[in-house]
Amino acid sequence: MWAFLVRRVAFALVLIALASSAAFLLTRAAPGDVTDQLGPFAKPAEVAAMRARFGLDQSVLKQWLSWAWHAARFDFGESFLYSRPVRGLVRQAALNTAVLALAAFVVATAVGLTLGVISGSLGSGALPAMIRAASAVCVSLPPLLSSLILVFIAARTGWLPAGGMSSSGSGDLSWAGWLADLAWHVPLPAIALALPIAATFERLQAQAMSEVVGQPFVLAARARGVSSGDLILRHAWPVSLRPICAVLGVAVGALLSGSFVVEYVTAWPGLGRLMYEALRARDIYLVAGCAATGSALLALGTLVGDVLLAVVDPRVRDEAHS
Amino acid sequence: MKRAGAATLILVAILALAASWVAPNAPERRFNDLLNAPPTRVHVWDGGPRAPFVYRQRVVSRLERRFETVTTERVPLRWFADGTLVTADPRGGVPLLLLGADGYGRDVFSRVVHGSRLTLALALLATLGATLLGAAIGGVSGYAGGRVDLVLSRVTEFVLVLPAIYVVLALRATLPLIVPSSTVFLSLTGIFILLGWPSVARGVRAIVVSERTRDYVTAAEALGASRARVLLRHLLPAAGGHVVTQATLLLPAFILAEATMSFIGLGFPEASPTWGTMLQEASNVALLGDAPWALAPAAAIFLVVFAVNLVVQGTSRVPVQLER
Repeated sequence: MWAFLVRRVAFALVLIALASSAAFLLTRAAPGDVTDQLGPFAKPAEVAAMRARFGLDQSVLKQWLSWAWHAARFDFGESFLYSRPVRGLVRQAALNTAVLALAAFVVATAVGLTLGVISGSLGSGALPAMIRAASAVCVSLPPLLSSLILVFIAARTGWLPAGGMSSSGSGDLSWAGWLADLAWHVPLPAIALALPIAATFERLQAQAMSEVVGQPFVLAARARGVSSGDLILRHAWPVSLRPICAVLGVAVGALLSGSFVVEYVTAWPGLGRLMYEALRARDIYLVAGCAATGSALLALGTLVGDVLLAVVDPRVRDEAHS
Repeated sequence: MKRAGAATLILVAILALAASWVAPNAPERRFNDLLNAPPTRVHVWDGGPRAPFVYRQRVVSRLERRFETVTTERVPLRWFADGTLVTADPRGGVPLLLLGADGYGRDVFSRVVHGSRLTLALALLATLGATLLGAAIGGVSGYAGGRVDLVLSRVTEFVLVLPAIYVVLALRATLPLIVPSSTVFLSLTGIFILLGWPSVARGVRAIVVSERTRDYVTAAEALGASRARVLLRHLLPAAGGHVVTQATLLLPAFILAEATMSFIGLGFPEASPTWGTMLQEASNVALLGDAPWALAPAAAIFLVVFAVNLVVQGTSRVPVQLER
């Protein structure tokens, strides 16, 4: 297990270094730089000062080396766009994205697994057919579409706020009030992000469940007189969890990618939105910081997924040993 | 179900190919008095049965986007006129707006039909490219083995873990923000191919690795077939089914990727209609509540993705995939 963990952490570090350096170099190579943000009437002296302040007057290699030297100590430089250190900006945005992704993950798991167990164990009938139809629709509703549709419904009915993470003036609310305000804003983007993943989980769980229910050990348990509820939940369900755990790593990637679009549509101040703004403004240090944090989140998520898979399936643990 | 999906896809393909005949109005034509006008309703009854006709729409309040229909004057639909299947009287200010008009007064239905061309052509070309590249890399990797296999497999795995949309974003950002339509088409196709091939390559490699020890391969080699011939004529056909399945997964993903990029303003320029650029209209929340027909391109995307999924579900039992 330890060798496995060390290998995964090493891979994560390589991923973070490669992703953030690539983002850094690509943004540097892109036409235009942050001084475009000064507008067409900036004096040459101002432009030169700005270029010097952000290290744009150095060679690419030199600038990258000095950035990497500082980044290794968690100093990601200063953002031009916000005139603040990248670290604080990225931490706040990553936290917001994590809140959204976690909420979506909880919704997707709760809804997807419950419906999957129901439709998989019942097999045929009206209820499973309805669940199957619903998830067939939701699988084809990626976050771009689901978030637009939910925003439309919210704009039409006013049931939920159509965007943002907090109401205006929520800054002077008490701690509990702030939390309530957050809870009011989370559901729409979280559901938009969760829908396609919930549908995928439902399909996987239903397939696994229907396969497990036909196995001899379930029949044996039934013959011993185990009640139907216990049979499904205590005997069959844990065995059927493996396929779900196997896609957890991919699900983390889907959450991160999907959250970019959802953040854009619903004005959620997360990492995807920040990186998009930074890319458009050629804010090199902010782009690199976002890429580093994003890949760290991705690596962490996949790691948790793999550990869960090893917990559920002893065979994976043994492979990791050998 | 599988047939319904296939029929939908064929219908969409016909609409895309025949766009200029199907669309009642030119996609860039602006009706300045009908900004955000609601869909034109087609009537067949006016005191008695009539040939299909429409009423003129007149703006009551531009600010509130309110329109009224003038029911005194019937405007009959004209069939096979002006080079289109059906149209009303666009020159007289009574266009046939089946799905309403957008913020510039352009016909949404005509733009969805025309927009399918760029969107679908881009997705199809990228799917073809990614499939070919993936099959080639996977085949070489599996058949050559050794160090070549090791390097190619590592690269494949690495690209597979990357969250695609961020890589697309970063690569696209290396171009200037505003570029002509043709540059966007080529660059997005290239980027999509670069990100799409690994899922094909991984499966093809696995199949080639298990097939290359089979007797028929040894026989072909013993007969003196060159390595290229063994790979192309004997091994890759064995991976055909997998390649087709992967292609059906890539196609919807690419349609969405184009829509996402154009939606956030890093894809096609606003002037060229694609489903993504049209969705920009829907990002205006205040407008969306009043003009739900801005979601028409979203419905079109859903329809195609849904149809592809129906076809895939018919062929294999495991349609499950998650977008990265």
